[in-house]
Amino acid sequence: MRVRILVSFKDSVLDPQGQTVKNALHTMGYSAIKDVRQGKVFEVELDRVTKKDAEALVAEIAHKVLANPIIEKYTWEFIKAPSGK
Amino acid sequence: MKFGVVQFPGSNCDYDTHYALKQVLKQDAVLLWHKEHDLKGVDCVVLPGGFSYGDYLRAGAIARFSPLMKEVKSFARNGGLVLGICNGFQVLLELGLLPGAMLRNKNLKFLCQHVHIRIENGATAFTRAGKEGRVLRIPIAHFEGNYYAPPQALADIEKKRQVVFRYCDPAGRVTEGANVNGSLHNIAGLMNRAGNVLGLMPHPERASEALLGSEDGRVIFESVIQGFAAPRRRGAKAARTGARHD
Repeated sequence: MRVRILVSFKDSVLDPQGQTVKNALHTMGYSAIKDVRQGKVFEVELDRVTKKDAEALVAEIAHKVLANPIIEKYTWEFIKAPSGK
Repeated sequence: MKFGVVQFPGSNCDYDTHYALKQVLKQDAVLLWHKEHDLKGVDCVVLPGGFSYGDYLRAGAIARFSPLMKEVKSFARNGGLVLGICNGFQVLLELGLLPGAMLRNKNLKFLCQHVHIRIENGATAFTRAGKEGRVLRIPIAHFEGNYYAPPQALADIEKKRQVVFRYCDPAGRVTEGANVNGSLHNIAGLMNRAGNVLGLMPHPERASEALLGSEDGRVIFESVIQGFAAPRRRGAKAARTGARHD
């Protein structure tokens, strides 16, 4: 079982990296780009857990380790394992 | 007085800090490996600067789970003195011993330079040898020193006078221009409510000898050393007069 966890800054927190990317895109002429937020992606392979336990487990590690809840939020989803696995 | 300097993989100011405490300030000092479970009877724990675990995930985010940090946490909860410098400050934030978090510097640059910081609270265990308003010239070297706390937490920090140092200009004015990394309220260092845990981004150990260009950092260590000697005198006086001296 594989999950993808997306961690990004809360909307209330300034994201200087996202701002810099946005400014670069504007400089290149992509005027339709209104905002850019940068985050981190984790793909986690789980073993020997039920789907229900996986949900609790992912929420726990995301809250405790992968994200800093003071500045970051997270979302996650089950994904297909890469082909060949 | 006995200091313990914690070493994580990636710490790089551990020996500088140990040297400043032992050779410059003539105190007993030991190095504490992060995998250990014993604080070896130290009176003050120092988390030094560096890049613990390569700053992977977030600065300080992995180091906080080191076995020794459990001991440091209970040491702090029991009133033990803990000083976090730079990466050590980041570890204390991740550990939850201090409120808030660090973001990348506002200009997205690694900043390695001397800065001026003002003592905002001269009545702490880490500043008692100094005076409120005194300006210190101490180097910084960090990428993630842009202090952030949610509005309510920030208001509480200010109200409880937990801000110990703010970035300022050489004259002591707290200006936007002096706020090199973009920290909220120019915060360069803050303590917990109990006042026994301090984190700061500037490196006092790098400003402990005239040869290094500044001796201003010594006041932080000297305050701790003075305070260690003082409680016995104050305690004796308190016992005589029945008064409390906190």
